[in-house]
Amino acid sequence: MTSVNNPILSVQGLTKHFPGGREGLIGKRDVVQAVDGVNFEVAAGEALGLVGESGCGKSTTGRLITRLLEPTAGTVTFEGQDISHFSNAQMRPIRTQLQMIFQDPYASLNPRHTVGTIVSTPFKINKVTPEGGVKKRVQEILEIVGLNPEHYNRYPHEFSGGQRQRIGIARALALRPKLIVADEPVSALDVSIQAQIINLMKDLQKDFGLTFVFIAHDLAVVRHFAQRVAVMYLGNIVEIADRDTLYATPKHPYTKALLSAVPEADPDATGARERIRLTGDVPNPINPPSGCRFRTRCWKAAEICAIEPPALLQIGKTQVACHFPE
Amino acid sequence: MLKYTLRRVVSGTLVLGIVSAIVFAIFYILPSDPARLACGKSCTPELVARIQVALELDQSLPVQYGRFIKGIFVGRTYLENTDAARECGAPCLGYSYQTDLPVTELLVDRLPATLSIAVGASILWLLIGLSSGILSALRRGTWIDRTSQGFALAAASLQIYFVGLILQFIFVDKLAWLPMPGYTSPFDYPLDWAKQMVLPWVTLAFLLSAIYSRLTRSGMIETMGEDFVRTARAKGLSSRDINLKHVLRAAMTPIVTVFGLDLGSLLGGAVITEYVFNIPGLGKLSTEAVTNLDLPVVTGTVLFAAFFIITANIVVDLLYSALDPKVRLT
Amino acid sequence: MSAFLEVKNLSVAFPTEDGIVQAVDSLSFSVEKGKTLGIVGESGSGKSVTSLAILGLQKGSKARVSGEIWVDGNEIISASEAEVRKLRGKAMSMIFQDALAALHPYYTVGHQIAEAYLVHNDVSKKVAATRAIEMLDRVGIPEPHKRVNDYPHQFSGGMRQRAMIAMALSCNPSLLIADEPTTALDVTVQAQILELLRDLQKEFGTAIILITHDLGVVAETADDVLLMYAGKQIEYGTVRDVLQVPQHPYAWGLLTSIPRLTGDPNLALTAIQGAPPSLISVPSGCAFHPRCTYVDNVGTACTNIIPELIPVSEGKHHSVRCHMSAKVRQDIFANKVEPQL
Ligand SMILES: Nc1ncnc2c1ncn2[C@@H]1O[C@H](COP(=O)(O)OP(=O)(O)OP(=O)(O)O)[C@@H](O)[C@H]1O
Ligand SMILES: Nc1ncnc2c1ncn2[C@@H]1O[C@H](COP(=O)(O)OP(=O)(O)OP(=O)(O)O)[C@@H](O)[C@H]1O
Ligand code: SF4
Ligand code: SF4
Ligand SMILES: [Mg+2]
Ligand SMILES: [Mg+2]
Repeated sequence: MTSVNNPILSVQGLTKHFPGGREGLIGKRDVVQAVDGVNFEVAAGEALGLVGESGCGKSTTGRLITRLLEPTAGTVTFEGQDISHFSNAQMRPIRTQLQMIFQDPYASLNPRHTVGTIVSTPFKINKVTPEGGVKKRVQEILEIVGLNPEHYNRYPHEFSGGQRQRIGIARALALRPKLIVADEPVSALDVSIQAQIINLMKDLQKDFGLTFVFIAHDLAVVRHFAQRVAVMYLGNIVEIADRDTLYATPKHPYTKALLSAVPEADPDATGARERIRLTGDVPNPINPPSGCRFRTRCWKAAEICAIEPPALLQIGKTQVACHFPE
Repeated sequence: MLKYTLRRVVSGTLVLGIVSAIVFAIFYILPSDPARLACGKSCTPELVARIQVALELDQSLPVQYGRFIKGIFVGRTYLENTDAARECGAPCLGYSYQTDLPVTELLVDRLPATLSIAVGASILWLLIGLSSGILSALRRGTWIDRTSQGFALAAASLQIYFVGLILQFIFVDKLAWLPMPGYTSPFDYPLDWAKQMVLPWVTLAFLLSAIYSRLTRSGMIETMGEDFVRTARAKGLSSRDINLKHVLRAAMTPIVTVFGLDLGSLLGGAVITEYVFNIPGLGKLSTEAVTNLDLPVVTGTVLFAAFFIITANIVVDLLYSALDPKVRLT
Repeated sequence: MSAFLEVKNLSVAFPTEDGIVQAVDSLSFSVEKGKTLGIVGESGSGKSVTSLAILGLQKGSKARVSGEIWVDGNEIISASEAEVRKLRGKAMSMIFQDALAALHPYYTVGHQIAEAYLVHNDVSKKVAATRAIEMLDRVGIPEPHKRVNDYPHQFSGGMRQRAMIAMALSCNPSLLIADEPTTALDVTVQAQILELLRDLQKEFGTAIILITHDLGVVAETADDVLLMYAGKQIEYGTVRDVLQVPQHPYAWGLLTSIPRLTGDPNLALTAIQGAPPSLISVPSGCAFHPRCTYVDNVGTACTNIIPELIPVSEGKHHSVRCHMSAKVRQDIFANKVEPQL
């Protein structure tokens, strides 16, 4: 496995199993294999995109990285420190470095707190006093994310979806973190607002040298934000490559299908593209298929696919987990 | 499903056990001597001592409790292996201090009256409550709606004894259309039974139908705003089909559960109603027992009521799963 | 000969405590059999309200509906509920945005499809049940004879949407309105559903209104597009015209701001500034003026006068609601917008 230079974050064999329902009175508890043996690294200053369909474990991965969840197995190494099983107290100094932006700008902000309170919470929790005082710093940040510093005393409901997402970003930026995990930050926004937020985060990445893990289900959005892209399917990473390689020459059948399913806003482009239509839905993570988890929907599936789970191997510039890569 | 039922029955029995233990413990916390209570007016210390032995009150609390539980399941014999041995068949809840009759017999004796009140009243209040609620919802904002909901609001704020006494005053004392409420066996004198039951039924139904009317109306109106009702309209269904098959079906589920619980607690004794109309049901029995500190009867009625409430809970849960396919019982 | 669906000057307003919400304002369009019209607009622009008006579903509510809606020669707005009811399900039917909420939780999927079939077909319950299985099979549900007895919550999101489609198509309607049928679905499943709609349209010659906020979906599926902003139609024409030579500044903004799979990903997206307006106090004049970068080309008209919907060029089926002259629009498009597309 090749590694990136100077990784700020490294994830090895990361696994999270959630307890599911129980069968019968004393039956075995089901296990939701939300994330199962995921490996990747993120270089300082880069943006890694994490894409996949609903329920494939993107959010769970994001919450493991930021240690909002504790892994069932595997390690999360942040700046050389294995934080996989750190206690809350141990995490405190690290939390300032590791922040998260959430999908739903409506649900993730406390409606009873003013914008000022929301954005200054990280200072209070982590007992940090910035130069010039909290208020001054918060107002600076509000300005950076394109909000008016006078919004300090207003409440979230007075803002539109796009502005609320800016507040969420301001909160994540407050402590000048090194790594931000953005979990579908634009999915809930109107089309005309999405570009504003993508551009803002891109500028922030450049200006502050931030490292991003950018979670999305939209391949086109990821393409505009991430330098490297990892594709997930049912708890596994099936392909990682730098952006241009991945979009130009997808190696995993699933990546290929995913790309060909994105509708293009150009009536002429539509006819020209190769079309792959997957059948059926993503299987249940309680009972994932044996061997390659994609095999129930894969048109190239062969006997070995049901027996042997394919390992994530380097092929050219791509890491891909498939017995018969493209 | 079967497993679930079984588990619920087991846990329900456990709860009953806990209730019985608590009631039992209260005997000892109360600063009264059970034997003294059972002894009556012309009491001597010797008599108290004799009763203590006869009721096995000289044993330790755990032993007494153990025998009590055993009595419920397999029956027990007081003063076993003595001349005064007294056989009490299962389910044995002991003997009343007041009358020396087996508590089980008392309960069985009083059950029909309570059953008559509960079943009759519930049929009445369901009929009135549901139909007026449905009508209100369908004619929302019209005078029908306003009148019936105004009535419901007023009725729901009244008290049973108030309504009961007024009705009794009007229909029994003044107009003499009805006999004094009471209980006669419906198998022997069905007409008398019905006549005597009318007032308790009407009184209870008066208050509860108000609650059910409001519940039905708000449930229907809420459901009418659901997306699936819009879908039903979009299919081209008639409003009759929409209201009956789609709206009512969904609105009924919570009402059925509330009804099950109401009926369950009523079967344990319609305490106030029985008291107001002087009807010899379980509720009356328990109030009498409490006033007389007839502890075995109190225990018996409490356990009996708990039994009905727990059973109603289980039935409601099973019913709920039958009504709402989303609820999977595991 | 007029089109199967003809909408003229449709307006829908809701009186609310905060004031009157003008959700839809003088909309005019038509759809012919076998064709698809895409209605595009952001959240709250009036797409769903328009579709409900066509089915006459606002009858009996507080909504004020005006204008004309002709479905196969029947006018909907002036018709009684009973008259419209006869058309629902058969002449026109609808697939709703949120399939889980739109299906009754207590009835099986099969029952709900059969019920729709029974409304317009005098057949036995058994025949209707067979029809339900046939429809489920038709929309690609595996083992339909088993799944027909499932409840909606036992279906996956994609299957629920298919079940909705099966229900909507059970009586072979001539007009199908699909309100964001794929918004909640994954792209791979979205592709399946869109293909299914296309196939069914080919087979039955259905007229389709496809509501979406995804221009990609429109490009792949629609023949005509109607672009909505704050309840008004701001551009209307063939997919090719509207997506390749868009005329309205909002259309330019949308097309240059969406991330794409082609083109240079390192270029910043050209975002539209500001946020969509509140429908209670719609900006005066052109509702888009607070966000429009071309107001200077016109002057005060943008803030004072509501622009008319005018054909882009004489006699052409491509119209736009903007004060800029055709000449100025062509120039801006050619110099500033087209290079970014
Ligand atoms: N707390 C939890 N308990 C049990 N199962 C969970 C829990 N959180 C997530 N899961 C399950 O784990 C799987 C992965 O969930 P996750 O939220 O990571 O998916 P995702 O890729 O973010 O999907 P989406 O695109 O829908 O947000 C899902 O099957 C989900 O149901
Ligand atoms: N019954 C109603 N009463 C008051 N306002 C309403 C009502 N129905 C819709 N509206 C308003 O009308 C406007 C248009 O709503 P509509 O549902 O058509 O939007 P939409 O374009 O479908 O948006 P989305 O993409 O979010 O579905 C919204 O501002 C909405 O709040
Ligand atoms: S391993 Fe087999 S089933 Fe899996 S993606 Fe590759 S070819 Fe398909
Ligand atoms: S009318 Fe004016 S404000 Fe509206 S789109 Fe045209 S130029 Fe912009
Ligand atoms: Mg997620
Ligand atoms: Mg809508």
